[in-house]
Order: sequence, then structure tokens, then C-alpha cells
Amino acid sequence: MASSDPNEGSSHEMPPYDWRATRRDFILKLGVGINSVAGALIGIPIIGYFVSAIVQKKQPTWISLGSIDQFPEEATRMAVFMNPYRTQADGDTAHIPCWVKRAHGENFTVFAINCTHLGCPVRWFEQSKLFLCPCHGGAFYEDGSHAAGPPPRGLYHYEHKVEKGELVIKAGVLPTLADPNA
Amino acid sequence: MMTTLKNIALWFERRLHLVKLYEQTAGHPVPKSTGSWFYTFGSMTLTCFVIQIVTGIFLAMAYVPSAAEAYHSLELLNYAQPLGWVMRGMHYWGSTMMVIVMMCHMTQVFLWGAYKYPRELTWLSGCVLLVLTLGLAFSGQVMRFDADAYWGVGIGAAVGGRIPVVGDAVVHLLLGGPIIGTDALSRFFSLHVFILPGSLLAFVSIHLRLVLGKGINEQPKPGVLVKRETYDQYYHGIIKREGVPFAAIINKDVVANGILLLVIVALTLFVGPKGPGIPANPPLVIPEAKPDYPFLWLFAAAALLPNGSEIWLFFVFPAIAALALFALPFLSNEGEKHWRRRPVSIAIVVLTYLGVGLLTYEAIVGPWSPHMDAWSGLPIKAEYIKGRTPVELQGALVFQNMQCRNCHAIAGEGGHRGPDLTAVATRMTNPQLVRQVIQGGGNMPAYARNLSPEETRALVAYLCSLHPPNVPPAREAVGVLKPIGESSPTPTPGGNSVTSNQ
Repeated sequence: MASSDPNEGSSHEMPPYDWRATRRDFILKLGVGINSVAGALIGIPIIGYFVSAIVQKKQPTWISLGSIDQFPEEATRMAVFMNPYRTQADGDTAHIPCWVKRAHGENFTVFAINCTHLGCPVRWFEQSKLFLCPCHGGAFYEDGSHAAGPPPRGLYHYEHKVEKGELVIKAGVLPTLADPNA
Repeated sequence: MMTTLKNIALWFERRLHLVKLYEQTAGHPVPKSTGSWFYTFGSMTLTCFVIQIVTGIFLAMAYVPSAAEAYHSLELLNYAQPLGWVMRGMHYWGSTMMVIVMMCHMTQVFLWGAYKYPRELTWLSGCVLLVLTLGLAFSGQVMRFDADAYWGVGIGAAVGGRIPVVGDAVVHLLLGGPIIGTDALSRFFSLHVFILPGSLLAFVSIHLRLVLGKGINEQPKPGVLVKRETYDQYYHGIIKREGVPFAAIINKDVVANGILLLVIVALTLFVGPKGPGIPANPPLVIPEAKPDYPFLWLFAAAALLPNGSEIWLFFVFPAIAALALFALPFLSNEGEKHWRRRPVSIAIVVLTYLGVGLLTYEAIVGPWSPHMDAWSGLPIKAEYIKGRTPVELQGALVFQNMQCRNCHAIAGEGGHRGPDLTAVATRMTNPQLVRQVIQGGGNMPAYARNLSPEETRALVAYLCSLHPPNVPPAREAVGVLKPIGESSPTPTPGGNSVTSNQ
């Protein structure tokens, strides 16, 4: 049975082959050339698609948090804005919270919710005037400065202004240590 | 009849060469000694992976990888799709077991010296499989897309943002956009269902090819040293003397894998799938964001290491660990294989398991995190209120209202970020307590701006009452030696005694 099967055995006898046969060699080189061009035409858009998030980086833009009247003086309140770059598929995650501190009049400070340690959401405690982080126990004072725990700096601020009686902040990009936004 | 069947079989054999395939795989000779319970973890890891592929395919039929729909589709799987919860449970427990048996496999291979000559590449491909499996475990918990997953991605982005120079680019690549949303979920989805499983399959085939090509590591004997010049001959000698077909020693693998499957089924039926938890709605500020079991130790380390050491934890340490794993077969290429004569290896294994185990335990307890609801949800027990003066009772109110309880437990109840204050009066005197409250320090925020002098006085009066009835409170070593709070006037915070210190 084994001898009747031409595919049996690992090595087949064949005449020695000259890899430098010029015509075949030319066609092979032509083929490599065509594929290199095609490869670039296919590969560059793939890489471009992948890195588009960096190349065409979205910048923070001005977003209204609504009338300043909703923020009582000498208090800190959560405000929620819609991600300016949201799509329909974002669902609830398009709602981005932040903490608005109104000292008096038009003196505002707007803090990102993300702890500067590892990005967990900090919670404001009105009575003790502290922001506490649930993940690794970071704590921040009322003005956002570092109070205790592992965070390397105070809370991130959003750039803000008051326009026509509305509080407007520059947001839409997740603040991180690499890009604190403001 | 029999000849017809035989002819059909031969027809297939001539085309598929199954006999040859059998000889190269299930029939290939292995040392008889490898038919051991210790050698079953590799096949168990593979079994878990098969479970993950099968259940993963069925989950993908219902799962919608969009931030708006993912959570809802998981609830449909849990409650509406018949047996959807079983698929979810098996996928979750299959993943947990995969990490566990893979660690057992790796530990066994390490202790049995199987990474030494000539199986260096088998070890290296195994290390790649470890990284891919952990990648699957991490991206898998993002698929759950509840609040933990959402903030988990945020933690990933925050870690990325700490990378020098390219941090910002890494964050944007990871999230696929400027902020956490559906693009981030889709990225993790591609990673979880295409890139990582595909790579895993490729590396599993390389891993198995190497196992077949270089043979299964024989049970080492103490004192028999591996030498590059003689090992191949030595191994051939073993095969010649006591070689058996691989198919003959799979009996224990079959039993172990059967038990593994039963364990996964039992965990699915009696514990069920995990989550989804709180919806990923960012304004719902969640009480904590903990990762799944394989990453709890990292979560704990992030809290327990000294401030500012994150760059070591997230970049330097993993780089060193990866380098050590990949360099191992070259650093220790020859010599003793048996664990009994390799005390350093045993120490490495014991210390690694102790470290990871303790950190995991700490992460489950989470003593560094404030207990966010303690101030409003945990009343002080009556025995710590009874018999107090009106000022002290006011102090107890301050203690609750100012969220002190979120970090400080009384009688074990409350946060564990700061010291338990059940008997704080036996450790600190009245002026020391005032200073601690006002100035903070030792990871406690300063309350000077947030407490009125009256509140501080009341709070400290209450804290001074926290001592067992038969143990007197601490007192100053100089001055009038009287128990504080009984007759001597309480120092006024914000007054002379404190401000003069600053």
C-alpha cells in the first residue's frame, strides 16, 4: 500500500532547480513589486484608520452647564454635561459628570470627576468639605488641592467662563496626567 | 461487509494519512513517568480555552458591543434568552479557572525544571500565552460594561496617561477617542473576540508543536543534571527504556479535565454568572470600582505602595517581570531540574504566591478605601453613647456628620482607612487629638477650615470619652496629672493652645 501511494514519505525526488532562471526571476520580482505597491495602498489606510484617534485628535470644546442660578453660592454641586463628541451608541456614557464649586458671584471652579491617581470618580462630601475617592482612598480639599492618599496632584480643573448668565466649560476630553486639559 | 468498511477506511487513509498523523501526535513516545497528576494542568488550560471559545461564540450571538446596548443585552442574556445565564456563567467561571489552572501549569513547569534545555521555546511560547490569557481576562471584564467596567477602562486610561512622552497618544489609542464611550468598548471587543483569541490559537499551536517536537519533560530525578551535550541522548535513552505512546498516559488528564468541567458547571449552577453590576452611567458615582480576581493584587498594590511609586508598579515592575520570565530558560539553561535541590526556585514560588495571595486578600478587604456610606448608614452603638455629657454627645454628632466614620471605625464598624477609634482616648491626649483634627497628617486631611471651634471642642471631648471603663485615658506627661475631660478645662481649638504651635 505504501509503495502505491505517490505522496507517501516526506521527501520527493526531483531534479535540481536553478533559482536564478532569469525569466521566472523577473516575473517573481515583478510580482513582489506589484504586491509592495498594493501592500502600501492597503496598509497605509489600515494604519491611518488605527491611529486616527491620535492624528485627528479631538480638542476640548466649550460646553454650557446651564444657568449659573442653579449653583448656590458657597457650595459645590454635581453638574452633568453631554459629551460633545457623543454618538448614538454611547448611550448613558455620553453623560459626563463634573463638580462645580461656586464661591460667590461669578467666581466658579469646575473640577473633573476623575481622581488624579487612577481616574476613579471622586465624591463630594458637603459636611466635611472633602472629595473622597472610592478606589484607593485619595482625598481632596474643597479647592481641589490634594489632602491625603496616593494622588500625585490636586483635582483636574476645567477651563470655564460665564457667558450670558450660563456657566460654560471647556471639556470633552478625558483628563489624565498626560493631558490634564487645563 | 467488513471488507467494504476496510476499503472505505483505506480510501480515507490514503488521502488523509491519519496513521502518520497519529504516530506524530497521540502515538508519539513519551516517558512513562509523565503519566502523573502533576502533568494534567496543561491539558486543563486547553480545555478551559475550548469552553471559552464555545460559550464565547454563543454569547456573541446575543451581545451587542455598543455602550448604549451592551448592558441591556447582558440582562437579556441573564433573564430572557433561555439558558443565556448558563452561557454567561460558564464563560465567567471558565475564564477564572483558566487563569488558575494556567498558573498551576506554569508553577509545575517551573518547579520541574521543564523550561531548561531543549524546551526554551516551549517556555517562551507559554509566557506569551500567559500574557494573552491575562489580556483576555482584562478585556473580558470590560465586555460586562457595567460601572466597574467603565471605571476600569478609566483606570486603564489613567495608567496609560502616566507613560512619559507618549502617554497622551496611548490614552487616545486605547479609548479610540477623546473620552470613554462606545469606541472604547468596541476596541476592547475587537481585542477580546478577534485579536487575542486569534493570537492565542496561533501560540497554542506553536506551544503544542514544540511539546510534540521536543517531547514531554521527564520526571526529574534529584542529582541528574541537564547538560546540552548529553541531554538529547539521555532523553532518547529514557524513551527507549520506558517510552509509551502519549495516548496511553492521558488517563489522568481525562479524569482531571472531567473534574474541571464539573467544577465549572457547579460554579455556574450554584454561584451563577457575574453581574452586570451598576449600569455604566457616569453620574452615578459608584462606591468602588474593583477589577476581577486576576487583577485584584494589582489594585491592592496601587493603594499600598508609597505615593508616587505608580511608575514602578505599572511600568518598571512588569517590564522586569516579563524580562525575568523570558530570560529564565537562558539564565538557567542547564543543571539541576528537581525542585528538592532548587531552594531558590521554591522560595520564588512561595514568595510569589504569598505576595499575590496577601495582596488579593487586602484588595477584597480594601482597608484603604473610605467606607462611603458609613457616616449615614452606620449608627454608633449605644454603649459608645451611653452616659456621655451633652458636649460629648454633640461631638458624636460631629463625628458622624463630618464623615469621620467613613475612614475611622468604632468597634470595628466603619471605614478602615484610618485607625479604629474605639479606644482612641487611651492612645492620645486631648491636645494631641485637637492637633490631629485641625492639622491632619499621616494621610488624614486637615479639618481646620471645615470645623468651627465649638465643633472641634465637642468632637475631641467625645473622642476623649472613648476608652474602656477600666482603662484611664492618656494624659500629658507634664503639668497637672488629671484625667482630661473631668475637671481641667478643654483647650480651645483655634485659641492659644493650637495656634501657638503652628
